[in-house]
Parts: sequence; C-alpha cells; structure tokens
Amino acid sequence: MSDGIRDKVAILGMGCSKFGERWSCGADDLMLEAFGEALADAGVERDAIEAAWLGIFFDEQSTGKSSLPLAMTLRLPGIPVTRVENLCATGTEALRGAAYAIAAGVCDIALAMGVEKLKDAGYAGLPERTKGTFEDLYLPSSTAPGAFAQLASAYAARHGYTIEQLRRAMAHISRKSHDNGARNPKAHLRNRITEEQVLGAPMISYPLGVLDCCGVSDGAACAILASPRMARTLGRKDFVSLKALQLAASNGVEMGHQSWDGSSTLTTRIAAARAFREAGLERPRDQIDLMEVHDCFSITELVLMEDLGFSDEGRAPHDVLEGRYDRDGAIPCQSDGGLKCFGHPIGATGLRMAYEIYLQLLGRAGERQLGSPVMGLTHNLGGIPNRNVASVAVLGLAT
Amino acid sequence: MGEIASIVSCGLYVPLWRLERARIAEAMGWLGSAAAHGPSGSRAVCGWDEDALTMAVEAGRRCMAGAQSRPLDALSLASTTLPFADRSNATLVAEALDLPESARTSDHAGSLRAATTALAEAARRGAEASTLVIASDARLARPGSAAEMEYGDGAVALLIAGGQPPDGCRPMATVSAVAHVSADFIDHYRMSGEPFDYALEERWVRDEGVAKLVPGAISRALDLAGLTPADVDHFAMTGMPGAARRIAQSAGLVRARVGEGLREDCGELGAAQPFLLLLSMLSAAAPGERLLLAGFAQGVDALVLLAGEGAAVRARDELARALARSRLEPHYTRYLAHRGLLVPDYGRRAERDQRTAQSVAWRKHRELAAFIGGRCGACGAVQFPKSRVCVNPECRRADTQCEHRLAETSGRLRSFTEDWQAYTPHPPCVYGNVGLEAGGNLLMELTDVAPGELEVGAEVRFVFRIKDCDRQRAYRRYFWKATRG
Repeated sequence: MSDGIRDKVAILGMGCSKFGERWSCGADDLMLEAFGEALADAGVERDAIEAAWLGIFFDEQSTGKSSLPLAMTLRLPGIPVTRVENLCATGTEALRGAAYAIAAGVCDIALAMGVEKLKDAGYAGLPERTKGTFEDLYLPSSTAPGAFAQLASAYAARHGYTIEQLRRAMAHISRKSHDNGARNPKAHLRNRITEEQVLGAPMISYPLGVLDCCGVSDGAACAILASPRMARTLGRKDFVSLKALQLAASNGVEMGHQSWDGSSTLTTRIAAARAFREAGLERPRDQIDLMEVHDCFSITELVLMEDLGFSDEGRAPHDVLEGRYDRDGAIPCQSDGGLKCFGHPIGATGLRMAYEIYLQLLGRAGERQLGSPVMGLTHNLGGIPNRNVASVAVLGLAT
Repeated sequence: MGEIASIVSCGLYVPLWRLERARIAEAMGWLGSAAAHGPSGSRAVCGWDEDALTMAVEAGRRCMAGAQSRPLDALSLASTTLPFADRSNATLVAEALDLPESARTSDHAGSLRAATTALAEAARRGAEASTLVIASDARLARPGSAAEMEYGDGAVALLIAGGQPPDGCRPMATVSAVAHVSADFIDHYRMSGEPFDYALEERWVRDEGVAKLVPGAISRALDLAGLTPADVDHFAMTGMPGAARRIAQSAGLVRARVGEGLREDCGELGAAQPFLLLLSMLSAAAPGERLLLAGFAQGVDALVLLAGEGAAVRARDELARALARSRLEPHYTRYLAHRGLLVPDYGRRAERDQRTAQSVAWRKHRELAAFIGGRCGACGAVQFPKSRVCVNPECRRADTQCEHRLAETSGRLRSFTEDWQAYTPHPPCVYGNVGLEAGGNLLMELTDVAPGELEVGAEVRFVFRIKDCDRQRAYRRYFWKATRG
C-alpha cells in the first residue's frame, strides 16, 4: 500500500492574479501576473523550473489547445509542459500533475498554472459548449445553475426541508462569502450583501437566484512546487506541504443508477475519505482549520458540508445558519470569498483555493488572517452533480 | 359487397395548448378581416417542440396501446405538413413506435385527402396486411386570416386489419366500400416550401366544387356497398360548416345524422380532420349502423363503414381523453414564436451550433428514436443509454445488456429545476432527474409543464418531441421528454 503524497511535495511559492472582468487582459497577461508573484515568492529563477502543467478548460474560447499557451507566454526553455483539463477540477488537476512529478522524484522544481479567460464570450454566464456528439442528442439543453439547482429540490425532499428553509441557509452562505470577499483585494466581487438581497434576487434557475450563483471572471493562479529536500536546500524552514491530493471521477452511477437520489455529490464523499486517509486525519472535523470548497452555487456549498463530512447528514442547513462555517466559526469556509466572490475562471480555481490556504497557513492573509491555522482543505467539483470529477486536497504546515 | 377491412383500434392526439379565438381577435382584430369575427372557443396549437411527426407518434402510441400487441405490416402517414420533404417521415414514426423493421412505411402528402386515400388503400389491402394509418397536421396560418381562426393541430391514428378480424377482437368499424373522384378543383392550395395556404372564395367552392363533385362519389360508394342513400345512419364531410348538411340533403341521406368536428375545442385538423369526423360519427353510432365519410380536396374520397360493437364507447372515451388535458396559451405572440411566425430575441445561448453528428445518430438510432435503454441480464439494472458495462455499482459486468424499451414506462421526478438561462423557445427550460419505473435514472428535459407545478416525486410519462432545431442546416432532431403523468 502506497503512503500517498503526504509530505512529499513542498510549495515553494504561489501567485494569483486579480480576478474579475479583466477586459484589457488576455490569458497571457493573467498567467504572467500570477507567475511573477509566484516566482518572486519562490525565490528561484524561471529556468530552475524543470517541468510545468497548464490547466485550462475552455481552450476553444481563449488560448487554443495544448500546453503551448503556457510555454510560449512564459518563454519556458523547452521543458516538458503538459496541458490538463478535468472540468472544474482542472486547476487542482494541474497541481496534481506537478505534485506527482515531484513526488516521483523525476524533478525537483515544477510549475502548476491554471488560467481561464471567460470574459471574451460576448455574453454573461459561462460560454455554451457541446456535451459530446451523442450526449447532445439526448441530454437537456442545460446550464450549470440548472444542473446544480436540482440539488436543492432533491436535498429538500430527502431531508424534509421546505425550499424556503433551504433558501434561508443558502442566503446565509452567499452573505458570508461576500463578507469575506469584501476583505480580499484580489476578489472580483467585493461588495457586502444582505440575506434579504439574496432571497429577493432575480431567479436564474429555480431555486437559485442570481446571488446564489458565483461570478463569471477571468483569472490565473499558480504554484511552484519543490521536493522538501530542495525546499530545505533553498533555506526554507516553515513551508506548506501537500498532505493529500485526491481525485474521484464519476463512473456513471449518478447519471444512470437509482442508488443516487440527486441530493449529494458521491465523488466528493469518495475523494474526501481517501484524502483524509492519505493525510492521516482521523478526526477531520477537529483537524481541518479552514477550507475552500467548490461553492459554484450556494446550494453546492451547503450539500458539500455533508459530503465532506463536516456536518451530519441532514444537518448542514442548521450548521450553516449557526455560523459554523463563518470566518469566526468552527471551520471557516471560503475565507477569501470563494467562487462566490472570485468567480470561477475554471482552470484557475483549484489553484486559487490552494493560494488562500497557503497564505493562511503562512500567516500572510492580511486582513483576512484566521489566527494560526495548520491544516486546510480545498475541494473542487467539476461537472454537474449527475457526473463529475471531485478533487480534495489537504495542505498543511510541514512538520 | 361485403366488408373489406376492419378498423380495430384508434388513437387521437390533441396538443395540450389551446389558443382562444378571442386572443387572436384581440391581437389581430384591427385588421377588420376574419380575425374580428366568430371568436368563440379555442383551437389546439402545437407546443414549440411538436409537429405533425411528433403528434403522429403520440396518436400511433395511443392506437397501438389499444390493439393488444398486434403484428403490423405497414405504417401510412398522411399529412400536408410533414417536416421532411425528402426523408421518410413515416419511417421515423415507425422507429419511434418501435415497429418491426419489416414494416412498409409510406408518407401520404400533397392533399387534405391524403388520409382518406391512405385509409382506402389500407382497407383495399384487406386480409393481406394490417396497417397503421396515421393522419396528422399542424398547418401554419397567416396572422389575422380565417385559417388562423379555424385550423387546429392534431393527429388521429387508425389500425386497419384484414377482412376477417382476428379472434376475440371486436372491430370498431368495418369498411364496406370506397369510391374516389379526382378533379383538379382548387378550393385552396399551397406551393411546396410556402408556409401558408391560399384559399379561394367559399361560395364558389361550395356551389361549384362541393355541391357538384361530392354527390357523385357518394352514390358510387353506396352502389359499391349495395346501399341506398336512405340506409346511411351517419354522415360527415370535411370542409366548411354547414356544407355537410347541404350535401346530406342533396344526396338524399334522409336519415343520416350529420357528424361534426371539434371547432370549439380543437379546430379543423387538416389531413387528420376526416379521421376526427369518423371518430365523432362512431361516438354516436350503434352497432350495425351505416356511416358515410367524405373527404373533399381536388376531388372526393367517399367511404362507407359499418359501426362495430363497443365502437361508440371506445370513440367517446378517446375523444374525451384527448380533450381532457388542455391548457390555455395566454400569449398570442408566444404562439406565433413557436410556429416560427415571429422571431424573438432568444439570447446568445440560442446561437449554439446544433449540428447533428448523423453517424452517431444512426449508431444510436434505437436509443434516440425508440427510447430503448439496456437491461442487464446479470443484475436486471435498467439504464439509459444502453452501455457496454453495467452501471450498477454492485455489478459492472460487461456485455450483459439487452434492449429495454422505456417509452411506454413511467418515472418519478427525483429532482428538477426551472432554468431561465438555458435556451428554449418556451422558457423556463425545465429538466430534472427522472427515476425510471423499471429502475435507473435519467436526466431529462420536461415538456408541457409550467413553473411552480412540479414537485419531487411527481409521476411522469414520456413523449416523443423535437429536441433541437439546427437552423444553419435546416434540420430538426427528435428525442423523448418527460411530461406530467
């Protein structure tokens, strides 16, 4: 039995662009913005990077396919560069590629870059895309909010809530994230909102109003990883290392089998269990100090609290309303504002989450700093509840 | 002459939506034309995802459901509004109905007599074949025209069996004789590719066309059946209201009760109107009574029929069932938009390329047209689409699945949403996870549902509808949707 990735990979430096409607920037500008910060943070030369991974989802909307956009933008010196795409887990997938290369011992320094330039679509929301040549012939003409909105109806039915009760907890989630985002200069949306505003917002996909939805933004984030040995050689003492990095892909059960009732995300449960094992966390509720989860929609964050095991089954609305996941709660969730305020430039998101955990663990989160956390979690859910890729990463201070 | 064929089952489909004539008058009455007059009742209108083909499938399903799984030799589809000018519409209907590959399929088009002619041909094939004859029409009408007021959308299917009905089967009616008159008399016409009919003066049509051509066909049909005009108990004829009564009088049908269509609830169904009239006559007919049906269009088809036992109840049930479900379309402009007569701004999402990979569509045609999933021979799990490896997490065996048709099953809604962002001609786009009665789950679009009326656990059934329209390549593709049970 392999002992996994725990403490085999150090984060040498990270960078994150300002997220938002970056009308004047292309994907190249965003990548350079994040990379500049990461390189300075890591304190190494560009040419010390031995391999790189690029995460981008909508290649057809911005950069085109392949790893070339990264290699050419950074003028990397002919090193191996790999482009990855795994739905909304794309950023974490890039991190995983680079981390596995370090853990395998095939290189000492590697780069993971995630970027997405969404705001060239010409309209609000995510760009339209094909689901596949066969899928287009039978799957509904759906949108992301519509796919996730269904979690609400299924969750309410399963646990005996009314939609109105759920919506109050969902409104709390959005309000909380905006409170956090308001403290973050890199967030796209920095306004505070009230729960009444959330509840009264125009309906996007019942029961999700527009303020239950995350923003649509441009952004990039990156990590420069190294082996712990290299980190120490470079003089690092307190550094953040990867404790777990897990991924679970749907095999079609949710789409086609009656055992799934639509009220949860199966893959999150699988990835979380494996990640906690990999990180050696036996009591994650007590051991995880903060988390960044895939709050593409308020209802997603709500059900994830149970899927990740932080709330008991059917109790998430209560825990949310009691402030358990607020910044002063037991396990602050989205201390940087989350997808809600950062928007979701898909390739960048997983790395943007890791960036916040990284800053918090190193005590560098400024106005947002949450005491002295030692262990944080990131989670992505790529796709739709019916079929998706979930990633769970645990980051901690190196011991 | 003896009976040449039997009608052993029937199916009527009327779309859910009704447009009140008062709404048309309200919107178009300023023209001072036909739209200002007679705004009583309502006409049936297709939903955005319906056309003559999808309605034919629904009528056909209904008809076959009442026919105790009879083997079928042929499908005839009659309509003046078939979506494809070159691609056998009947063949797609046959696939949707999961008819045997060996069934002969044919489109009958080009005239409002298409259905009566197809019925006559099916009847003449007599003992050698059983034929499903489906008549379906969804005619466009110019806004403000009389046609817009009078036309309705709908489909009727009749199952025709050989001369001797099979054991234990009581035919609804038997066809005794058919007679035809062909005459290029143009009461109205529509050139190929044109959207609207062009109608000629009603008085000329009545006096010079109907009055002169119909009686000859009637007397020939009665002669063939060995009957006199006084033997006819029920008579119905397509065309203008009142015309049938006039003809009954002039043709000496002294005892005949004159059957009528469904102007108040439905409108004039085009090629399907003669079949609707037949159902209407049957609903009032005692066993053994003689029926005479005339279809007028560039000539006349006249059919003499004998009502069977139980026909009245069956026809009444069918009419009542089809009309029971209805919903008013409150927006005249939405009706126009759904018929393509007004092009609203559907937003940028509507620009998505809807190209169909035809090689995939053919590879998966059983799934897509007949709504056939897989049933695992090892664990019994039903799944859509049929796949190589079973989806049941406890099974996952390879190559164990056989075909399992889902179209005639039901399901329950496990989750849903009303999506105001996704493109649909009828916002919001409603879709959800449907738990199949047979087991398994499928994410499906719902149709004919209004916001606020769904709940988790609601029963749904499945209907064949237009899935997407590819405007770039002038193509329509179809798939099954869920609708309230």
